[in-house]
Amino acid sequence: MADHATSSLPGDRGYLSEQGWRSWALTMDHKRIGVMYIWTTLGFFVVAGILALLLRLKLLVPGPALFSDHTYNVLFTMHGAMIIFLFIIPAIPSALGNFFIPLLIGCRDVAFPRLNLFSYWIFVAGILVTVGTLVAPMDTGWTFYTPYSTRTSAAVTSLSFGLFLIGMSSILTGLNFIVTIHTMRAPGMSWYRMPLFIWAMYATSVIQVLSTPVIGITFLLLAAERVFGIGIFDPAKGGDPLLFQHFFWFYSHPVVYVMILPAMGIVSEVVPVFARKPIFGYKAIAYSALAIAFIGFLVWGHHMFVSGMSTISGVIFSFLTFFVAVPTGIKIFNWIATLYKGSISFDSPMLYALSFIFLFIIGGLTGLFLGSLATDVHVHDTYFLVAHFHYTMMGGTVMGLFAGLHYWFPKMTGRMFNETWAKNAWWLVVAGFNITFFPMFILGMQGMPRRYAEYPAKYQPLNVVATVGSWFLALGVIIMFANFVRSLRNGEPAPDNPWRGLTLEWQTSSPPPEENFHEIPTVTDWPYGYGNRNEASRDH
Amino acid sequence: MPYPTILRASEASLVSHDVDAVFIFILAIAGFFFVLTQGLLIYFAIRYRKKKGVEESTPYITGNHALEVVWIVIPSLLLVAIFAYGLTVFIKMRTPLPNATEIQVTASQFTWSFKYPDGRSVANELRLPVDQPVKLIMISRDVIHGFFVPAFRQKQDVLPGSYTYLWLLPKRVGTYDIYCSQYCGTGHSLMRGSLIVMPQPQYQAWLAAEQQKQKAGAQSPAEHGKALFESAGCGGCHSIDGSPKVGPTLKGIFGSRVTLNNGQSLVADEEYLRESLEEPNEQVVQGFQPIMPSFKGSLKQDEISALIAYMKTLK
Repeated sequence: MADHATSSLPGDRGYLSEQGWRSWALTMDHKRIGVMYIWTTLGFFVVAGILALLLRLKLLVPGPALFSDHTYNVLFTMHGAMIIFLFIIPAIPSALGNFFIPLLIGCRDVAFPRLNLFSYWIFVAGILVTVGTLVAPMDTGWTFYTPYSTRTSAAVTSLSFGLFLIGMSSILTGLNFIVTIHTMRAPGMSWYRMPLFIWAMYATSVIQVLSTPVIGITFLLLAAERVFGIGIFDPAKGGDPLLFQHFFWFYSHPVVYVMILPAMGIVSEVVPVFARKPIFGYKAIAYSALAIAFIGFLVWGHHMFVSGMSTISGVIFSFLTFFVAVPTGIKIFNWIATLYKGSISFDSPMLYALSFIFLFIIGGLTGLFLGSLATDVHVHDTYFLVAHFHYTMMGGTVMGLFAGLHYWFPKMTGRMFNETWAKNAWWLVVAGFNITFFPMFILGMQGMPRRYAEYPAKYQPLNVVATVGSWFLALGVIIMFANFVRSLRNGEPAPDNPWRGLTLEWQTSSPPPEENFHEIPTVTDWPYGYGNRNEASRDH
Repeated sequence: MPYPTILRASEASLVSHDVDAVFIFILAIAGFFFVLTQGLLIYFAIRYRKKKGVEESTPYITGNHALEVVWIVIPSLLLVAIFAYGLTVFIKMRTPLPNATEIQVTASQFTWSFKYPDGRSVANELRLPVDQPVKLIMISRDVIHGFFVPAFRQKQDVLPGSYTYLWLLPKRVGTYDIYCSQYCGTGHSLMRGSLIVMPQPQYQAWLAAEQQKQKAGAQSPAEHGKALFESAGCGGCHSIDGSPKVGPTLKGIFGSRVTLNNGQSLVADEEYLRESLEEPNEQVVQGFQPIMPSFKGSLKQDEISALIAYMKTLK
């Protein structure tokens, strides 16, 4: 990698130098916009997490407790809608993507900085509408299935408008990233010299641009049905409720790859750095991201095997679904092979990356039971499904996000966090996560349906275990965030390259100057040239 | 009833055993890959951890084409096998059973109603003879519901506006849970029922007794109301013992003073109870959601009177 020492003067706050709210609200600096996204999305992670703790608390007992069943339904709707639309979709792409795409490809900003700022503010506008609506009790579940969602008294119409705005922001951000990656790479950075995080973000952006318009249109149709009484989804008006499910999952299935691909990109960055080994199978990992993005568009019907969709459709969707597992497996195998003969240090970013692999394997393998027609009929809409998607989304995406936050915290803030506390938090997060969600696989196999405010008493023991687990998980997350917040002011000053990484962001100062690089670097090699090239060399 | 755990194969219905076999097949393959990948992950992490004080020297290995082919081809073949096995059992599940007794299932917020060939309706309780195939013809009166019998490993969403079907063949006598598996609103988690599988002779005896009861006819209005209360599924949302459910309890309702959610209060007389059945969301009791379906048209005038007569007895 190019050698560009740009050591900063002590006390130089780089892009963070300017003070005052205008310097943030009106900034066109991709780094500052990224930081605003981080605060916004993590804020909703905390809110939705508190809601989840309340849900788990109620489930300590099988009968009526704490608050009404209606309130329970409202809370799980808010938890789902917030965690999906306000946290997990934008968390890595818009936050870390914004901050690090230009730094990793060696340019001064995204292609359209003004559009980038606009994307952030329509995201905020969308949030205001959405949250304003959610506070008025919304009890449809985050999936808004019709005709319940067209008949309920809840304010589905204004919620659709809020989510429409958030979708707009997502499309514009994706577009911005695609153009940036195509046109603004540093001299010498060919496609095969791009960091894998960039490949992942590229695949993610393509999905965002192609799938989000469909959910936008679906929300407009839903609003049209509610406001003008046009029969689209409600059979009482001549509509078809399954049409809504097809539209909804045509977006919402590909979008799970918007959630997971960037996290996989982070793991692909972190593992080689801490194993001091080149990434194993660079091209296989890069192309598998594109393969996942492509196949991901063809499998939405696997959410609908028992919906009343025809048997033959179920068969086709099940067949295609199994082929998402292949590129996912490729990534897992390559990450593990990267560890082979490495010199592995277990700093907190690596711990989170390894726990991503560990938990995502469980999430992925349990997906086989849901992809297979015969077994899906039994476990669909049960706690098995809840466990599966929390293993992929929280065990996967959120662990990847935590890996990225620890990995890049020194670069973003110019400070180091306390490593001991980061490790303590990691133990609690991983242990708490498994105690919370593993029992749900068994509950689902035993037939406990999801979204149950009250449940038969025979399911109580495992529910108690899950609830107790959620407290450990919460404690771990609190410690992690407290460590970050404390370190923002009081952390040791970070060196430019604390982890000895070879990607371009480590060649500039911590925090980076406003223009990212004093001089645009020239790239002469791929970013994973760790290890001794005289030993066991093989062409990549 | 014991847990219907998948690992202790269920013999409750024709397909339950097959579904469990597929589950165990997938579990074996998943278990193999779980041990392989997690084992290597943990082994490498320990074996190749950084040694203190040793200058690292790692080999420059960037990939291996043969390995990539191996871990693309082998999983692909196994995935096709899983798909094919799941497919055969799914087809078996969806294939109509010959000579099946047809039972009409009507789902509504938050009640299951089962209508037998003799025209009788029962709420939340489905009695079937063992070893006799049954076809459930299902429709919803309002939103989407899901008919789910965990012990049978069978589930099917129930739609408004179009029929969906489920073929069941009970193989073992017992009482099994019916759950609503598709979120349908406030009372979703209480929309449960029982599937009672009886030996043939007992089933016939039960059927005859019920038919006898129906023929006898001459019931008092309160008895008639009690039967309606059970067959219309009122008990799904309203208790008669004072305990809270989705809707207010009916214990002592008649003649009591009711506070509405607009702050007004009134005495629950015949007229109020009639309105509450026909236009239930006009005058909602404080603390409850306006979610009750209207029974206008579906209950005849004498049936409403009978229900009110029954409510008067709930002291």
